[in-house]
Amino acid sequence: MNARNDTGAPLVELLGITKAFPGVLANDGVDVTLRRGEVHCLLGENGAGKSTLIGILAGLIRPDAGTIRIEGVETAISSPRRALELGIGTVHQHSTLIPALSVLENLMLGDSRGVRLDRPRGERRLAELAAQLGVDIDPATRAADLSLGYQQQVEIVKALWRGSRVLILDEPTSMLTPQGVAELAKVLVRLKAQGQAIIFITHKLHEALSLGDEISILRQGRLAGTIGREALRSRSQEELRAEIVRIMFGDEARAVADVAELQEELDSVEGTARTVAAEAEVVLELRGVSSPREGAELGVEEVSLELREGEILGVAGVDGNGQRALAEVIAGQRPASAGELLLYGAPVTRTKVARRQKLGLRYVTDDRLGEGIVGALPVGLNLFLKRVGERPYWRHGRIQRAVVDGRATELVREFDVRTPSVTTRAATLSGGNIQKVLLARELSFEPKVVVFHKPTYGLDVRTTATVREQIRSLAEGGGAALVISTDLDELLEICDRIAVLSRGRLVGVVPNGQGAAERVGELMVGGGAGLEAA
Amino acid sequence: MSTETVTREEALPQRQPRRARTVGAGRLLDLVLRSVVPVVLALGAGAILLLALGRHPLAFYGDIWTNGVQNGAWQDSAIRMAPFLLIAAGLTVIFRANIWNLGYNGQFLLGAALVSGYGPRLVNEIPLWLAMAVLFLLAGAVGALWTVVPAVLKARYGTNEIITTLMMSFIGIDLASLLIKGPFHDSTTPLPQTAVLTKMLPSIPGTRIHVGLLVAFAAVLVVHYVLTRTAWGLRLQILGSSPRAARHFGIDLSRLIVVAFLASGFLVGLAAAADILGLQGYIRTGWNPAYGDTIIPFVFLARLNALAVVPFIAFFSVVSTGGDIAAADANLSTNFLLVLVGLILLFMTVIEYLGRRRDLGASYLTPGLRQALRAPLLRRGGAS
Repeated sequence: MNARNDTGAPLVELLGITKAFPGVLANDGVDVTLRRGEVHCLLGENGAGKSTLIGILAGLIRPDAGTIRIEGVETAISSPRRALELGIGTVHQHSTLIPALSVLENLMLGDSRGVRLDRPRGERRLAELAAQLGVDIDPATRAADLSLGYQQQVEIVKALWRGSRVLILDEPTSMLTPQGVAELAKVLVRLKAQGQAIIFITHKLHEALSLGDEISILRQGRLAGTIGREALRSRSQEELRAEIVRIMFGDEARAVADVAELQEELDSVEGTARTVAAEAEVVLELRGVSSPREGAELGVEEVSLELREGEILGVAGVDGNGQRALAEVIAGQRPASAGELLLYGAPVTRTKVARRQKLGLRYVTDDRLGEGIVGALPVGLNLFLKRVGERPYWRHGRIQRAVVDGRATELVREFDVRTPSVTTRAATLSGGNIQKVLLARELSFEPKVVVFHKPTYGLDVRTTATVREQIRSLAEGGGAALVISTDLDELLEICDRIAVLSRGRLVGVVPNGQGAAERVGELMVGGGAGLEAA
Repeated sequence: MSTETVTREEALPQRQPRRARTVGAGRLLDLVLRSVVPVVLALGAGAILLLALGRHPLAFYGDIWTNGVQNGAWQDSAIRMAPFLLIAAGLTVIFRANIWNLGYNGQFLLGAALVSGYGPRLVNEIPLWLAMAVLFLLAGAVGALWTVVPAVLKARYGTNEIITTLMMSFIGIDLASLLIKGPFHDSTTPLPQTAVLTKMLPSIPGTRIHVGLLVAFAAVLVVHYVLTRTAWGLRLQILGSSPRAARHFGIDLSRLIVVAFLASGFLVGLAAAADILGLQGYIRTGWNPAYGDTIIPFVFLARLNALAVVPFIAFFSVVSTGGDIAAADANLSTNFLLVLVGLILLFMTVIEYLGRRRDLGASYLTPGLRQALRAPLLRRGGAS
């Protein structure tokens, strides 16, 4: 393969790509080269400019400056259609398949040749591509009935449908089970063998190291560093990790005393469960709790679980399998249609949100901007929005600004919220700081049982570490945490036990430890399989 | 939070959020510009229209000034302000919650009909101050009552209040008409109208302005205080920015929606009482001043701020008082004044477009309204 790469011009060269959005320089003179038969990993924190760069390559965004060369020829990728014509296919992070259509219909949607659907030709093309990828895809299955792993394979087939030479994979592993990731790795190997150039976006270091032939690291819109194939082959994993962490965080990393901890954050960690004594008090109990679905998202059905003092219980599952319903029914934001909720043995099934909050039952929502804060209000006031009208912050219905601001200033300091002042509008804060505002609100005033819903989703590595530290210290301080997350690595890192939610039901609980990842993965897949036909 | 994390974070160079900005002088200037510039541009465009119609714009605007402000005409303008301010206050309350009470015309006319129906008898039977208080409360109550159906439907079933309030408005307008022809009809005249009040609202000493204007100003102050300083006002603002957030914060949405509707209807009802008791003195069928329709742009120009709406209302009152005469002098239809209002709306949008591309009219709206407007344009991703 190596010999082939060395002949002629590289397949795609992005040179000096610059793109500014109002207030942000998303890409600043980025150079990236894609070669045939190679996986080029694009690594970086959220907001580093990965999405902008691939958006430019896919024809969705026009760069302000810079040139794109394809096989040495300068080319303008003026539209997504043009990108397809040039052989650049994209697999987006979220499914773009139309659920009601069959696999074949989905694949043939973009086919503009001829008025009538030429099914036999479509089936031939599918069989050809499936054989190339080494996967088995039934053309007649409805897209809605596919598991996420299969959906992704169909997406890859769709990207290759019109003869792509460059394949963009945008965080392809974020929704997959460990088994699904292994499958994807196999597919990538076959695609490489056929001479595809693959650009693989991820923020997980171990994936980049195991799948990439070359790694480019973006940081604040700039190309912070590149690790070539020679380096990837010759140097040890530990050296490479240290190198990448240094590039990702630059000088900041040197100031960080424990780089090792940061590395861990970037990496998949096999869980080490703390043992929670079996006789520890049950602080939260759900007995057969059901709540109907709302809109497209599933509800929960007959969920029973026990959370003990000092415990961190994870809830794994693919997004949309009832996570929101579970979190909201515990928080009191939506009613339970059946079953019972007990807090320290006392029923709270019908207790209102505000009362549960006072009893120490807290909820750190995943919808930070939509429901976690009110962006137009100052940071300080946002910290007390679950106590509107209560003393000492309000007296006779009138807000006590001095009390609110004073207490807010303390909380902002305690939880290290980076804000110019407590009177700054919350909407102007970064995502990480908004999460800290939520944590300050939910983890102050004696928290006891806290539901964390996707607590680190979309956060940078440092804030992620802070959040996980908070969850641990809550449990160590005698509280209990229920961590709902779609990031299995996260659950393996911090949880004592991991429950699996599938199609709105808890299908099993796995103690964290050796082999937990695989068992959780099996439950995630197995739990849904039986119901998929229904 | 562990101390370890704190020290680690402090060791890092301080990185402030990029666009962090508090309400400063720049923002205030921005607000003033965005509010006043549309008005100035509308007057300019109106001038061009006047030229095209063969009138002299400066003479026309001068005429408005003469007849709207000078020689005591400002008192007539001030009298007109009373119902405008009360309706503006009522609309501000409900719009803050991102709820559209568009039934103000029905609420207003029903209030007006009841006041004109019972007023003539009441002012002669009990002390005047008591009669006036009772009539104000009556009008407020009926205005509030007329919002109950939309409010309960919205609170319980999430029914779109734009449709329900409009429907109730049509019913209210026709019901008012029936009342005037039926039980409230003045038997001394064949015309379909009520008896004329023999005693009206007293004037503020030294002026011709009735005390209804004071009631209006008091209402504006109370509304502003409640919206900006109290827990209830904050709840309303949270509801307006996101009902999901309101639910998350444990706010009783149903109750809040109903109370906000009642308050809005009540204030619109008060507007009717002020107008009938202070200025009109009676009501006839077919009379529908539709004050709310002309007031809405100013409520948004004032960014749903109950105090900021006062200068806009004062401006419009002068334009409409002086404009009625100026239009007659220039041999123009008084509808030309509505053209000016329309131009203000148009330029609001243009200014907003220039200031913030694609977010048409966005900064005039609460975050919730803004989202509702954009919603059809946005793909609602599951994860985001």
